[in-house]
Amino acid sequence: MSKVASFTNVSVRRGSALVLNNIELTLPAGKIIGLLGPSGAGKTTIMRCLVGVQSKVTGAVSVLEQPAGARSLATRVAYSTQASSVFDDLTVQQNLGYARRMLGVAKENIAQVLRQVGLEAYASAKVGNLSGGQRNRVSLAMAMIGSPDLLILDEPTVGLDPVLRAEIWAIFRQLADSGKTLLVSSHVMDEAERCDQLIFVRDGQVIASDTLANILLQTDSTSAEEAFLTLAKQEVAA
Amino acid sequence: MNPVTRTLTVAQRVLLTIRADRRTIALMFFVPALLVGLFSWMFNSQMLFDKVGGRLVGLFPFVVMFLAASITTLKERRSGTLERFLTTPMRRGEFITGYALAFALMALVQSAITLTFAIYVCGFDTKDNAWYLYLAAVVNALCGMSLGLLASAFAQSEFQVIQFMPAFIFPQIILGGLFVPVEQMPDALHTISDWLPLTHSLRAIVYITDGNPTGDVVQQILIVAGVCLACLLLGSLTLRKRTA
Repeated sequence: MSKVASFTNVSVRRGSALVLNNIELTLPAGKIIGLLGPSGAGKTTIMRCLVGVQSKVTGAVSVLEQPAGARSLATRVAYSTQASSVFDDLTVQQNLGYARRMLGVAKENIAQVLRQVGLEAYASAKVGNLSGGQRNRVSLAMAMIGSPDLLILDEPTVGLDPVLRAEIWAIFRQLADSGKTLLVSSHVMDEAERCDQLIFVRDGQVIASDTLANILLQTDSTSAEEAFLTLAKQEVAA
Repeated sequence: MNPVTRTLTVAQRVLLTIRADRRTIALMFFVPALLVGLFSWMFNSQMLFDKVGGRLVGLFPFVVMFLAASITTLKERRSGTLERFLTTPMRRGEFITGYALAFALMALVQSAITLTFAIYVCGFDTKDNAWYLYLAAVVNALCGMSLGLLASAFAQSEFQVIQFMPAFIFPQIILGGLFVPVEQMPDALHTISDWLPLTHSLRAIVYITDGNPTGDVVQQILIVAGVCLACLLLGSLTLRKRTA
């Protein structure tokens, strides 16, 4: 199994708090990897380490065989922050045009990603006037436009109704099928079953990193939620 | 894609963002002119207005640009778009330069409107030095902009940025020689005043409206331009890619 990224002995401090505590992780290529855990667990920090915007990182984070944040990764890794990170004052088309020019990719990519995320009809709509789900899809399209190998998406489905969530997960699946790797964070445990691989995070520590089937087997659980609880209890006991 | 294209892309995007907000455009372009008009009306004496009018033409764009630039960049820092695009090939220098270019264009229009209004509506006498005055006003607006870009780095909220105005802008206005000539201030204030950029741009304007646009004017304008560049440089250094 080839890998897109790895964490070796990674810790992150914020002030006196240890937000990531000695993380060891490998992200397999071509999969949808779910990064699950309660808010404040360290999911965003793990993502920020991967794109190289986190300061005070000790240990080694490597992405596509380069140190995380290397210039050569700028067009190969795309990052969408939790706060959608779109320009509300601009239209969908203008947002994508900006991303396209920054990444140096062809204009045709705009129409293509608009089709993929199902926003063709909204190309000239102002992003600030769109619904939450549509804004998330604009953010996703901006991450997709440069055809990166690794997409890092922080809570892309938060606050969406189940229908929209299913639609967005279908887009993720298409991307993974075309060979891309997606790291998707969520604090909703029922999204676990849509992922190929799971990483459970709690209190700055990785408490599991495996497929859902294996995690359920090891914890003798029937759901991701139950498995998480069991693992969390073991962690506290240990 | 090269640095120049990316810089222009940032500038174009900033202009698109400003254009989308009609009210901000109206405030940026017309408020300085209206304030100049208010002063002219209040003075009720052409001689008095001719004495301070030039400095007002420089002052109001300075203040308005400070606010506009600091709030727009702060918004970008807080919305996640800056963090997102710092992970693309965009460098922080390109970002700051793009912003500076966009606001420079706004400053050109804003100063033109303010000065035209002062001359044709308020009857301000530029002593045939309108172009010099325009140059000084634009540089002054750019100075407000670069101070604003820098200030946004030290603010965590829009509310704090607004508070920076009484903290960093008002002292410059008070010590800039508008109320009491700098030379008549106590020594300590005189020295402080000499270190403030607004003092120099207002001094340049006084030289111009007194009818002697000589090397002195150029010298003062160069000092202000130097402060602009230093602020932009510092501003780009405060834009850390890696943050806690």
